[in-house]
Amino acid sequence: MTAPAQVHELDCRGRLCPLPIIDLAKALPGVAVGAVVAVVADDAAARVDVPAWCRMRGQDYVGEDTADDGVPRYLVRRRA
Amino acid sequence: MAVVTNAAPVDLDAASGEPLHPAARDVLAAAHERGWADPRRPHRTGRDARLLLDNARDVVAGCLGVRRDEVSFTTSGTDAVHRGLLGLLEGRRDDRDATLATAVEHSAVGHAAAWQAARSGVPAAVVPVDRLGRVAPDAVTELLTPATGVVAVQAANHEVGTVQPVEDVACRLDGRVPLFVDACAAVGHLPLPRGWDAAAASAHKWGGPAGVGVLLVRKGARWASPFPGDDRVDERTSGFENVPAALAAAAALQAVEAEREEVAARQHALVARLREGVRAVPDVDVVGDPDDRLPHLVTFSFLYVDGEALVHELERHGFGVASGSACTSSSFEPSHVLAAMGALTHGNARVSLHRDTRADDVERLLAVLPGVVADLRARVGM
Repeated sequence: MTAPAQVHELDCRGRLCPLPIIDLAKALPGVAVGAVVAVVADDAAARVDVPAWCRMRGQDYVGEDTADDGVPRYLVRRRA
Repeated sequence: MAVVTNAAPVDLDAASGEPLHPAARDVLAAAHERGWADPRRPHRTGRDARLLLDNARDVVAGCLGVRRDEVSFTTSGTDAVHRGLLGLLEGRRDDRDATLATAVEHSAVGHAAAWQAARSGVPAAVVPVDRLGRVAPDAVTELLTPATGVVAVQAANHEVGTVQPVEDVACRLDGRVPLFVDACAAVGHLPLPRGWDAAAASAHKWGGPAGVGVLLVRKGARWASPFPGDDRVDERTSGFENVPAALAAAAALQAVEAEREEVAARQHALVARLREGVRAVPDVDVVGDPDDRLPHLVTFSFLYVDGEALVHELERHGFGVASGSACTSSSFEPSHVLAAMGALTHGNARVSLHRDTRADDVERLLAVLPGVVADLRARVGM
């Protein structure tokens, strides 16, 4: 996957579900339409719940990569 | 805070366990008087116990539309799943010993497949499901490999209710690979599908006593015990038969089957009302097939809500429900069923109705849910 130009990393390490999703919902209004938020989360539920949140809230789930320390990053592009 | 009502507590977790059916309660007491002896012994008390055990087998066979020699009583639904699945692998005359199972099977299937994989060194394979939690029959056959020794497809899902196309899968397999069907969630609620080589059911899910499973092995299927043998009445099981419990399970199944269509129609409508009514809460994921499903259960997830807190709040309001959220599981992993479907896993509740759950109970739950969810969201600033 090619890295998006503008990525806002959201550090949710150590935060259990549903906190990473709440963090994501609160952070999204603060980024520009078309920008990408990378949810860095070691909680197992985030792998399912970030895409599910995107589906329910009409946002684009871009995919998963990893942060420098190996923790999964779930990428979300703000649609509106 | 929402006002807490003082109504009597209502259990809405029938899928985890049903109270003993009244028909089973009467039979259990009588069977303890007459069925305590060793059914292998030729003396009078032994013959009495054997008579009751054979009677239980006849009744279950009649209820499920199978042959009496296809029915075995095990010590649980899980035991029946293990024996059914692993016994089909054990009965093979070649070295194909990998399991191909849907991604939404009960963990009993997953544990059996993993146990076999650890012994054989050949990993189990998984058939993905769609958003409703259903496998495509073609996807099953496409994933068959030369290592596949058994296919496992549940009758209906225990968490979200979706019915699987068991008979279509059986047609496509056409006997090339044996089919195991976990019918634990379905028996007593839906007709048993056809096409299996072995199947499993669980008495406490239809109002029989806990500690009784039913293993079905189709006449002619290649099945061999995967566990140490025993010298009991039935070579497919081991240990001293619990004759009174088997007979009580049979009596409960007979009673439940007699009223099944009427109860299922009523429950199906109540769950439809729940599925529609819960949408009054914003940001809810109502999971599973809306129509082709178990009649008595529904699963939904609320965004931004902690599943454990949701269960506790509903308990405070007098409702007992289950949850598939990670925070409510011993492993802190979200439900593999919800994950496989791409359903929201946090803020999850599974509501499952008993035979006597009333429309009023459902309406009261729907009345308190919006306030409970709003309170929980407010606590986290949502």
